[in-house]
Amino acid sequence: MHLNEDAAERTKMTQTKETLAEALAATGYVADDGLAMALLLTEMLKRPLLLEGEAGVGKTEVAKALAKLEDTDLIRLQCYEGLDRSDAIYEWNYQRQLLAIKARESSGADAETVEEAVFSEKYLLERPLLAAIRQDKAPVLLIDEVDRADEEFEAFLLELLSDFQVSIPELGTIEAKSIPRVILTSNGTRELSDALRRRCLYHYVDYPDTSREARILLSRVDGLDTALALQIAELMGKLRKEDLTKVPGVAETIDWAAALVGLGTKKLLEQRELVFDTLVCVLKTREDQARITPEVTDRLLGKVA
Amino acid sequence: MTSLSLKTRNDLGAALRVRLAGFVRSLRDSGYKVGLGETEDAVKLLRSEALKRPQILKEAFRALFCARLSDWKKFDELFDAYWLGRGVKSGIKVSGSSSKKSMKTIRELVDAQGARQDTIAGDVERIPGEEDEPSDDTPSGRREGASIAENLGKVDFRNIHDPDEMAKAHELAEKLARAMRIRLTRRDKQKRKGPRLDLRKTIHHSIAHGGTPIELIHKGPRARQLRLVILLDASGSMSNYTGVFTRFVHGMLDSFREAEAFLFHTRLVHVSSALSERDATRALDRMGLMAQGIGGGTKIGEALADFNQNHAARVIHSRTCVMILSDGYDTGTPDQLGEEMNRLRKRCRRIVWLNPMIGWDGYEPVTSGMQAALPHVDLFAPAHNLNSLAALEPYLASL
Repeated sequence: MHLNEDAAERTKMTQTKETLAEALAATGYVADDGLAMALLLTEMLKRPLLLEGEAGVGKTEVAKALAKLEDTDLIRLQCYEGLDRSDAIYEWNYQRQLLAIKARESSGADAETVEEAVFSEKYLLERPLLAAIRQDKAPVLLIDEVDRADEEFEAFLLELLSDFQVSIPELGTIEAKSIPRVILTSNGTRELSDALRRRCLYHYVDYPDTSREARILLSRVDGLDTALALQIAELMGKLRKEDLTKVPGVAETIDWAAALVGLGTKKLLEQRELVFDTLVCVLKTREDQARITPEVTDRLLGKVA
Repeated sequence: MTSLSLKTRNDLGAALRVRLAGFVRSLRDSGYKVGLGETEDAVKLLRSEALKRPQILKEAFRALFCARLSDWKKFDELFDAYWLGRGVKSGIKVSGSSSKKSMKTIRELVDAQGARQDTIAGDVERIPGEEDEPSDDTPSGRREGASIAENLGKVDFRNIHDPDEMAKAHELAEKLARAMRIRLTRRDKQKRKGPRLDLRKTIHHSIAHGGTPIELIHKGPRARQLRLVILLDASGSMSNYTGVFTRFVHGMLDSFREAEAFLFHTRLVHVSSALSERDATRALDRMGLMAQGIGGGTKIGEALADFNQNHAARVIHSRTCVMILSDGYDTGTPDQLGEEMNRLRKRCRRIVWLNPMIGWDGYEPVTSGMQAALPHVDLFAPAHNLNSLAALEPYLASL
């Protein structure tokens, strides 16, 4: 069975979800059980993994951590409205082609030779998807915010993800040298098609619970002690339950923790002023800053103790 | 790497295969979209040494079989019920199993005026304006919709009592919505032609002519469709209008990607998925199921707060028009309504408030809720008959 052989080839491949979670943690990503399992399955079943969840929960980080773990390249395709094939797969380098045509005009080369020369690899501009399947070592392909791309693009992505080959009319079919591990992320801007969803494994990434967030902080912020990390994580948990316009994500927590460490904070409870002043790290709109008054901060801190 | 081996150690027993098939069937019954591919992969997983423990298998199956958040949320329960024999809490099966009683509220509202349910939406003309003579009696000279409705167009919906007439009004509202939708989409496409030269594409095309740019390619502004978010009040005071409005909303939403619909009463329900069903009767049925348990007064402020908090970030972008269909009778506090309207105002392009009562003689928006909301509304328009609905189109097109 080819799956088995593939697995054997991978030197760093982890065996169970626990070892995978540990290995991920070593790269600085603290995954919950379900995510570790989903990642393990992408390996076993060779299916892409679709990650959904609020902005700021660390969906993109998963791909980065995985690339680090596998010691391979991360190729990222950021999706947007109007993204099309030429932005995603390949494009001819027209300027160079024209120059080549002009240069050969004087040499008297016949049209066929010119054409052959002009439509060769030399003039091909690789975009992320083509690049991803032409690596010697299987990269991690991150298709970020796939819900922002148009439906047409989604349909075409489906084709690529099932065959892992690209056909370029002038060059012929380019087959994958290695099959990338594909991670798609979505914020739910638009409902994705059932066809795409069915191709993928699925994991919903939620805001981390207190202990996981504390572990994330400890792995990311130098000089942070465990007690403070737990306090910060707990406070963030409460804060996210407040009525906010923009709920702070994990990146904000990390920024905040780094700020607090930088300011020499030891205990949140005793330094309410400082906590309130540094909340700018996590509250990113004027309304939210107005809403979290010193009184609210007190209330939140009261719960921390 | 033995543990990752998916090779058969002892081939999957027939009993286990039957159990798996049963599980897949139960998932499908619960609305999961599970294909053969997933089942095959599930067999592989069952064979794998690494996944012997039930807890681990649950996680693996969850990643494999779920495709969306709603699947994800109920998966554990379904898995436990099937594999571990634990009872399933009520409310998991949606299709057809819900009690008739709870369905009543919305259906009653929808059919309040005795509209026939057998009106068809599936085969409504998609190309507008074929079956009627053009008429010029509408201010903007739009032919379709308004003229289809020539007879019924000016009659206030609450004064239509004959079931046949009402059914016709429903159908017309839907047709009107489709016609508007098609034209709005077409306008968007026409806008694409712009004055700027697309050098890259021009050069690309010039290669065919040996480098001489014979064909000039122009770049237009990127087409960005108008997105419509509709918030429909389904309270008792609106019951005379809910039926027509629902059909209108259904017509706007059907296969129109850039539209979302919510229904509110005492709470907010996201009904886009139900209304994206092409068949009107089925769509309304599904919507009835989704809106179960709605009742009592109208809390517009709270519904808006829910919308702002949980949905706005996802469904609203800079070219979004929010359309609120409500009479503004609010049992909540006006302050909250005003504040939530203000929050909404900041996010979207326009807020259109359609109030059927404006069409009534001598109506003044004096209710405290309406007063609080008005400062944040861009267009406050009547929606008591078909003509008033048709009159909206030029406004939407100009966004």
